Amino acid sequence: MSIITPQGQTGRRDLLRLGAAGLVAAGTLPGRAARAQDFAGKTIEWIIPLQVGGGSDTWARFHLPFLSRHLPGHPTIVIRNITGGGGINGTNQFAARARPDGLTILGTTGSVQFPYLLGDPRVRYDYKAWAPVLAGPTGGVLYIRPELGVRSVADFAKLKAAQGLKYGSQGPTSLDIVPALAFEILGLDVQIVFGMQGRGPGRLAFERGETPIDYQTTSAFNAQVMPLVREGKAVPLFSWGALNAQGELVRDPNFPDLPHFAEFATAALGAPPSGPAWEAWRTLFVAGFAAQKFVVLPKETPAAILDTYRAAFARTLADPEYKEKRAAVIGEYDEVTGEACNRAYAAATNMSDTTRAWVRDWLLRRFNHRM
Amino acid sequence: MMEALLSALLALASPERLMYMALGVGIGYAIGVLPALGGLAGLSLVLPFIYGLDEVAALAMLVGLVAVAATADTFSSILMGIPGSSASQATILDGFPMARRGEAARALSASFIASMVGGIVGAVILTGAVLVARPLILALTTAELFMLAVLGLSMVGVLAGRSFAKGVVACGMGLALGTVGAAPATSEYRLDFGTIYLSDGLPLPVLVLGIFALPEIVDLARGGGTISQTAELGRGWFAGLRDTLRHWWLLVRSSAIGSVLGAIPGLGGSVTDWIVYGHAIQTEKNGQFGKGDVRGVIAVEASNNAREGGALVPTLFFGIPSSGTMAVFLGGMTLIGIEAGPQLVTNRLDLTYAIIWSLAIANVMGTGLCFLTSPLIARLTVIRFGLIAPFMVMVVCFGAFNTNRDLADLFLLLGIGALGLLMRRYGWPRPPFVVGFVLAQPMETYLYQALQFHGWSFLLRPGVLVIAGLILICVFLGIRQRQLAEAEDETPRAAETRRAQALFALVPVVLFAAVLADALRQSFLGGVFPGGLAAVMLLISLPLALQIGFARNPPGGLLHDAEVQPDPELGGFWTYLGWVAGLVALAALIGFFLANILFFLAFLHRAARCSWPMTLALTAIACGVLLVSAQVLVLDFPAGVLQAMVDLPWPLR
Repeated sequence: MSIITPQGQTGRRDLLRLGAAGLVAAGTLPGRAARAQDFAGKTIEWIIPLQVGGGSDTWARFHLPFLSRHLPGHPTIVIRNITGGGGINGTNQFAARARPDGLTILGTTGSVQFPYLLGDPRVRYDYKAWAPVLAGPTGGVLYIRPELGVRSVADFAKLKAAQGLKYGSQGPTSLDIVPALAFEILGLDVQIVFGMQGRGPGRLAFERGETPIDYQTTSAFNAQVMPLVREGKAVPLFSWGALNAQGELVRDPNFPDLPHFAEFATAALGAPPSGPAWEAWRTLFVAGFAAQKFVVLPKETPAAILDTYRAAFARTLADPEYKEKRAAVIGEYDEVTGEACNRAYAAATNMSDTTRAWVRDWLLRRFNHRM
Repeated sequence: MMEALLSALLALASPERLMYMALGVGIGYAIGVLPALGGLAGLSLVLPFIYGLDEVAALAMLVGLVAVAATADTFSSILMGIPGSSASQATILDGFPMARRGEAARALSASFIASMVGGIVGAVILTGAVLVARPLILALTTAELFMLAVLGLSMVGVLAGRSFAKGVVACGMGLALGTVGAAPATSEYRLDFGTIYLSDGLPLPVLVLGIFALPEIVDLARGGGTISQTAELGRGWFAGLRDTLRHWWLLVRSSAIGSVLGAIPGLGGSVTDWIVYGHAIQTEKNGQFGKGDVRGVIAVEASNNAREGGALVPTLFFGIPSSGTMAVFLGGMTLIGIEAGPQLVTNRLDLTYAIIWSLAIANVMGTGLCFLTSPLIARLTVIRFGLIAPFMVMVVCFGAFNTNRDLADLFLLLGIGALGLLMRRYGWPRPPFVVGFVLAQPMETYLYQALQFHGWSFLLRPGVLVIAGLILICVFLGIRQRQLAEAEDETPRAAETRRAQALFALVPVVLFAAVLADALRQSFLGGVFPGGLAAVMLLISLPLALQIGFARNPPGGLLHDAEVQPDPELGGFWTYLGWVAGLVALAALIGFFLANILFFLAFLHRAARCSWPMTLALTAIACGVLLVSAQVLVLDFPAGVLQAMVDLPWPLR
């Protein structure tokens, strides 16, 4: 019966004893990061700026035993959820407090990337100050109700002519900006209804018939929407796509039979999508899906520590147990570390000034939303 | 189906799995007993350990924890008047007065039995729901959800107490505070003053602790003596059982309502409490509700255990968690590789039934555990309150801080505590305030969405008309009940402090004016709900304030002052809130952990007049409790200026 004592809660427990004995025995901590490459007896804090039980939290908790197993010294890793402002608060705190000692890491996600890219005034963090050690992709599928009579892009004219298209969104600058921009690029007249508390309630609105068009991320699509597709109650139109090793948009490996968004748009519009809306869609798609999740450390962290993390994640990704169990949490996507991770990071955290200005203006025009 | 039911039971019956369930029950019990920490905290606690467990064992542990937390949180509600978790508030209204009357044992035993029956009813309803839940849940569109929120609001009539007008204004205050933060329709930030903290809206747990728990603590501290005024526990263990049996029909009704409302995604757990409590008041004859009527305890406790069974319906079959607790539960399922959704019923019926059995068995286990330990815990009510008070202040602060883990939680707690203290003194009912607060967000969201999806014709949908009919019945029953409430006695000093009461009546006026002014700066969709609400409330609250101040013959119940005989020996009205304020201010300076030590030393020695050895011993116990809790919850204490300047090790960090 060892489940209540995970190996090595020692760091904190020793402190606890220390505290009980002297209470104010401050300043006697062993030298931080004395040996960068060995974490034996250390406690690593993994900051997740979102709720316990949410997608990012579950992702981190899934990774946690593997990371502990593959880091030298098998440190104790604890997840610390610092919530607020949709992820901005905890990320701000990481930016202000994390030391370059490899003992505090941050798990970021699309909803933390977006406010940064769009210039939210509450953001006090800069992705340029961090070094990524793991990148995790996901994807999404857009689907519609069968009553619209649209089976594929061949019926696009019918979709374009459809009356009363509605979409349930979590907010103008949430991940749901990606479908909203897709509608813009396709020239679809979709009424966006805000106030959905997550994609789950959005899907519920679809199932109730209140919204005829919806998207879900890959894992939710597979678990919740595929049964509807089989029953003929939902028709998938396209996936957002995925990035290949060269950074090109290709079909999502989870949905090889579905066109990706650019394919769909090209067929629908007669030409490949281009212009500021497309640029914006592409950047936000990468930040929100293709390279949604990162593990980062402060950039000044010694290279030896960063490489230790990269090696640990590389070993995780090769771990047979990881491969066997990842489907439920991550789906059939390949997480990456090293160079591929750096490339994804650069793509997900950079937006040109002109594109940013265009998006901000578009938010104002389209939704009367001011950042 | 029967086969699957039985094989699920057999799967559970292995000693190892039962042991994991017992472990979940044990942790749920510990978290439940600690005030202000609900199942959410407990689940986050065990999440790191479920990895690698077999599916059934892990589910049994998670379900066991959730089921028992809802039973054990009754301890603090009844014995201390501190809501055991933010989703079970109504228990304190009758349970705590019973404890003060010396009937703690009776109240506890009634509540445990009711909890157990409620939990089992929840499990039974969940069993049936496996087959029919999907179409039923999909039949409830945003229009019906809006009407259900209105149904919740209609309970204000019976929760208002002596003055209906004051109840309405209190509810309006709750609604107004509930609109702080991002507007559902536009994501504009309302009354956030540029802070991230307020942009998320006010946290319910802090609000509930401030409005209910702090005033009780202050009141008890001033009263001296013990919580139980007779300094007895009462030998009511069998009386409580008899009470529950006698009111079996209320028990069944409350359980059914609790589990059905719990199954509706997007309504929020705490609404269920109040709807059931309101239902009890409306339908039970000769009620002494709010003064220690055992039926208030039975109804609420049955419903909040039944609710957990109901809440599993959208979680399991739609993958949509209906509460924070269920969100963690869903995360736990993902971690052990089970995906919730329609295929869970079709492909993994065995797991579904294992969950249901776990729920039922864990409820029985948990009830047993609560009964076994309650004689010991109930002794709290016969200990000199001066010794308990600092602990209560500590756990309330800790519970408040655990919600957002921001120092602002403590300031908000203090502010709402002061509001609650004055509302209590001047006869402004607090339940309508909480009802308004929890309903503000669903009302605004669903009204906006229903209009977008259906236009005004949403009002003619059959489901909407049915709920409208229910609302009319509730209002009618409520009016009948009101006549009783208004016939109650005046408080003796009501007329003496009229000026202060009138000044306090201006607080809502100022709040509504601020909300209106802020709403006018927003876009139409962002401001129409709070603005419209504030405008209507100004029209009610301003005349009310004038009436309190100047009316020649004020209607009954309008003037109220619960301050009976101020005894300068025991401390003034503000003395003990001052102690809490001192703790919070000190925490802002030197961090909560150090501040709490000083607070304990000072309070125990000065206010409670303890000897130094006693003071030091109790302070050491408090530190130990804090350290262990913070350790297991992975929590840093609120930091102050000191921590911003000097880098200190945990726990001083």
